[in-house]
Amino acid sequence: MTIKVLEAGLHSTIQDAGRHGYQTYGFAVSGPMDEFAAQIANILVHNEPDEAVIEVSFIGPTLQFHQDSIVAITGSDMSANLNDQAISLARPISIKKGDILQLRTAKTGAYGYIAIQGGLKLSDVLGSKSTLVRVTHNGLLGRPLKVGDSIPLQRLSVTVPSLDWGVAASLFTYITDSNRMIRYLEGPQAEWFDVETFEDKEWQLSTHSNRMGFRLEGEPVRLLTKEQLASEATSFGAIQVPANGLPIILMADGQPTGGYPKIGQVIRADLAKVSQTRPGSVIRFQRVSYKHAIDQLDQQKQLIAALQYIMKEKWL
Amino acid sequence: MKTKLISENAVMFTFSDQDITIEQLIAVRQKLCQQPDLLEVINGYQTITVYFDRQNIHYDHIQTWIEEMILNDKLPMAIGKLHHIPVCYEPDYAIDLQDLMTYHHLTAKEIIDLHTAPTYQIAFLGFSPGFPFLTGLDPKLYTPRKERPRTTVPKGAVGIAGHQTGIYPASSPGGWQIIGQTPIDLLTIDNPEQPTLLLPGDQLVFYPISKEEFQNFNQKGAFSS
Repeated sequence: MTIKVLEAGLHSTIQDAGRHGYQTYGFAVSGPMDEFAAQIANILVHNEPDEAVIEVSFIGPTLQFHQDSIVAITGSDMSANLNDQAISLARPISIKKGDILQLRTAKTGAYGYIAIQGGLKLSDVLGSKSTLVRVTHNGLLGRPLKVGDSIPLQRLSVTVPSLDWGVAASLFTYITDSNRMIRYLEGPQAEWFDVETFEDKEWQLSTHSNRMGFRLEGEPVRLLTKEQLASEATSFGAIQVPANGLPIILMADGQPTGGYPKIGQVIRADLAKVSQTRPGSVIRFQRVSYKHAIDQLDQQKQLIAALQYIMKEKWL
Repeated sequence: MKTKLISENAVMFTFSDQDITIEQLIAVRQKLCQQPDLLEVINGYQTITVYFDRQNIHYDHIQTWIEEMILNDKLPMAIGKLHHIPVCYEPDYAIDLQDLMTYHHLTAKEIIDLHTAPTYQIAFLGFSPGFPFLTGLDPKLYTPRKERPRTTVPKGAVGIAGHQTGIYPASSPGGWQIIGQTPIDLLTIDNPEQPTLLLPGDQLVFYPISKEEFQNFNQKGAFSS
């Protein structure tokens, strides 16, 4: 049983927790741009938080279900509708065989998530169901979704209870918050730069931004050295500054090693906020301590665990 | 050795050229990979980055392991495979060879001889899946990257950038100077145990083949020892 892709959307991909253990071979980790929203979507349909979901961006897809299902949509508000009737975000939605789910243009944020009860019936490629990048691969995980694709689904693993609940919209205020202060850790080459020319100002997200990297525009960061960096490990959230002084934040599909010096690293608890920034929007940076970063991350993990516990009750 | 936490779950150790050779760096990585508590160990030219789980291990322990390995000089170099990689250096496949001849005042044969002479060491893979970063390029061939990166570099393209030489395992954008192309497949992603032909610590020699040999190339024609 499958979902049929009637319209692909701008860039729709399949993402689970990512391809861990293969960076040594040069593979990107990938995974959702907004892991928090993806995990909540899964929890809402009684999946494990890291189950594979469909990630959509800016313009959503149109999908027809060829079996009964339950879905939840989180993240960017893309005016989701089911058979042309508007549906709510962040709650489980019952789907009947033949129903058409449509997501339109993003009104808030940039990345949306569709979790499907039971998950997707796809084989792992190198331990993950995340869409591969920078490598040729036949099959659904080798490229973004396109019209005519059939995504195989697992069977519903639950009987459908009354679906009259969801999670509070306030969990997702980071998507619309106009104060986009991004907290970061000092990077390995921070002393190569005049940090004041990075921190105390506004940066605008360029339209040349995607799952690999977010480019920032503004008055360039001042470099204090002409030193060249030998390539070294990089990861999601690394803030690289090339010779032109305009930072590039490496995102979920970023490469595992890179040769640009790094002024900082966005803390993991703020990666979702960065990901949901729309081109043209302004962000600012604030340096924090390692302890602050892990405290924030642990709080976020505890929140997910608590929500998972509460939501499980709903399905008993 | 400089130690730096670069994210919530990663610590990077940076060495100076005097501290350690690239072979030792690879040997340290191979030892660390045997530690079950570590998630991933990623080498660079002068760095080792370790991804770890904060709940299981403190990064101090990782630092101590590395210091002891280096101080005790207990770094037998695990012998990697030696790969012989055929490369067609003829004009159809060597789109920047003419530029290199002009830049270095060398003939095509001199460039090919210089490029096929060394036994290269694979320092690490990065940029894209299976892309090898090699050390051992003859300084006479050091060439800056192209000012304008190409939007498409063909699969198998062999290039030079600065002091580095490498191979593009899949077609991609790229700014390296392309001096040839190999018909060998560097990706084996159906094999989760080893999804790439080349591994950090392996060695590599290039040998020239003709355009006809390139076109008729059968993967079995390659050999590794």
